[in-house]
Amino acid sequence: MKPIAQTMLDKLWTAHEVLRREDGVSLLWIDRHLVHEGSHHAFGKLKERGLSVCEPDLTFAFVDHYAPTRRSSQTSDPQIMGMIETLRQNAHDHGVHLYDLDDPRQGIAHVVGPEEGLTLPGLLINCGDSHTSTHGAFGALAFGIGATEVAHVLATQTIWQRKPKSMRIRVEGTLGLGVTAKDIALGWIGKLGTDGAQGHAVEYAGAVIRGLSMEGRMTLCNMSIEGGARFGIIAPDETTFAYIKDRPFAPKAGAWEQACADWRALSSDNDAQFDREALLDASEIAPTVTWGTSPEQALPITAAVPAANEVTPAKREAVRDALEYMGLKAGHKLEGTAVDRVFIGSCTNGRIEDLREAAHVLRGRKAKIPGHVSPGSAKVKAQAEAEGLDQIFKAAGLDWVASGCSMCVGMNGDLVEKGQRCASSTNRNFKGRQGRGARTHLMSPAMVAAASVTGMLTDVRWLLERHQ
Amino acid sequence: MAGWSTDKGMAVCLPQANIDTDQLIPARFMSVPRAQGYGRFLLHDMRREETGDLKAAFPLNAQEGISVLVAGRNFGSGSSREAAVYALVDSGIRAVFAPSFGDIFASNAVNNGLLPAQIDEATYVALSQSLERRPQTIMIDLGARSLQLGSVGARFSIDDSWALKLINGWDDIDITRHHRTAIAAFKNIRHQTTVWAWPNGAD
Ligand code: SF4
Repeated sequence: MKPIAQTMLDKLWTAHEVLRREDGVSLLWIDRHLVHEGSHHAFGKLKERGLSVCEPDLTFAFVDHYAPTRRSSQTSDPQIMGMIETLRQNAHDHGVHLYDLDDPRQGIAHVVGPEEGLTLPGLLINCGDSHTSTHGAFGALAFGIGATEVAHVLATQTIWQRKPKSMRIRVEGTLGLGVTAKDIALGWIGKLGTDGAQGHAVEYAGAVIRGLSMEGRMTLCNMSIEGGARFGIIAPDETTFAYIKDRPFAPKAGAWEQACADWRALSSDNDAQFDREALLDASEIAPTVTWGTSPEQALPITAAVPAANEVTPAKREAVRDALEYMGLKAGHKLEGTAVDRVFIGSCTNGRIEDLREAAHVLRGRKAKIPGHVSPGSAKVKAQAEAEGLDQIFKAAGLDWVASGCSMCVGMNGDLVEKGQRCASSTNRNFKGRQGRGARTHLMSPAMVAAASVTGMLTDVRWLLERHQ
Repeated sequence: MAGWSTDKGMAVCLPQANIDTDQLIPARFMSVPRAQGYGRFLLHDMRREETGDLKAAFPLNAQEGISVLVAGRNFGSGSSREAAVYALVDSGIRAVFAPSFGDIFASNAVNNGLLPAQIDEATYVALSQSLERRPQTIMIDLGARSLQLGSVGARFSIDDSWALKLINGWDDIDITRHHRTAIAAFKNIRHQTTVWAWPNGAD
């Protein structure tokens, strides 16, 4: 009898299933657990029960959400430093490896995990952060969890989880000039909605995905959560292996060969069935920006802001509300909208390739508006400096700061002022995300760079063509 | 955590979709220890003027003692911050009814005794119309998955395992610790067959 064809999700799930209860909920083994300053609630729960971390060698701690990026002013804030100090204490008490502020490998968990070779295909990775889906770019099962679950993982190295349904998004064709993984992400979320993939694990496939770098794949998987999916996965291939090889925690020698063989077998079988399928034509994807307060309110830069009566009745109120908050009028062309500041960074687009793309646009140009660039990790920062990218940003007039979550969430004090419009390479344009009353437009790093040059939302293709 | 199976409460409607966790509790309040209570941060920037005073027109501010929210689709989307659930629970909210929820929010809710009850669009419309002018009493029967608000009687859905957890007030850590032997055996086999899954501590 022919064995039943399996999806990558099936294979990853089976490999981690300790047991399945009668009600269909599985107990899964966790290979890597990443914690950060926000995990203080979970450590608190552990303490209340007199428990300790059961697998400290599989647990890694990161200073990212509150990391001061302009070190002097922020290191004097007792609330910020208190959060970092609590993490230090918890990591120390439980024997957990901490990537502290002064560590040359410090940075955002979802940037440093892959850089360190902690993120590998075939692993199950959890973190008390929704963008844990980033690690799925390697063919790992990776998802964000809440504080009670973090405490559970710390105490047991397992999690109870019902297997999601499977969904495949295939991207075929060729990406045009200036179109990036971020545009694919905003493109599909704009089409299917922020709950478009709810309850599903999304596997990205197709020629365009195969052609993406690991950085691009991470951007795409990172944004999966904004489309309602907790998981985004991509089958590992030679691009994946080349990225991982020789990273500090990657398998070595004999274990490497065995690992690659196991990883090759992870891909979905050819005839595997998915619960849902979606197909995107890459040639139809343009550089995309969000105009509203939800990632689904995204449109090609060439479009105009919609009117409430142009959308389905269920979404009308949301459009009216978003237009008011964003200070935009229906019919207003996105291109040419004046912007007050820019931000390049975050776990979505704070990697070396992102900085290269932004620097490519900024080379020999000046920024008309203020902004800052925060690399996703200290390693990305060092690499960018070695390549002279920092000089390009500085010459353009942008601030070059230390790594951390920074203006993605503003916990470290990097905030957008009320009413100001920010072109941002981050992942959430929620009301108040970058500061109370802040107006966020999400886009790729290259598009953010373009906005900084003109002081307006700009189609980066104009600037790229002139560069050629 | 105490379990519960029926509840009589006072409901209001927040007729908006995508009330995300950044709105449920803005990030700047998240360094506060839980012991200080998170109730005052609930929907802070939607609900309060910049002075901190409550906006009279905001539905949740209509009266004291609100314990049930009805809201638009995709409630609790966004960040995994459990603080969003703490803000609801510490304000006395027992249940949220919405056409859909952010996944992580929903499981965080159940872990804190808060019911994330999924209703169909028709029920949402009926409830939001009934609640248009003022808060009203609602009866919730978790076992029967039903609600009654004035003349509107409807059913809601929730994962069976989550309903059981809410009703019994179960705590996952206790349950999991019963499976200690199975976990140890699993780890042992994985370690033998999948050596590469352990970090190669090169430094
Ligand atoms: S960069 Fe933003 S999205 Fe990523 S982990 Fe930090 S706060 Fe979360």
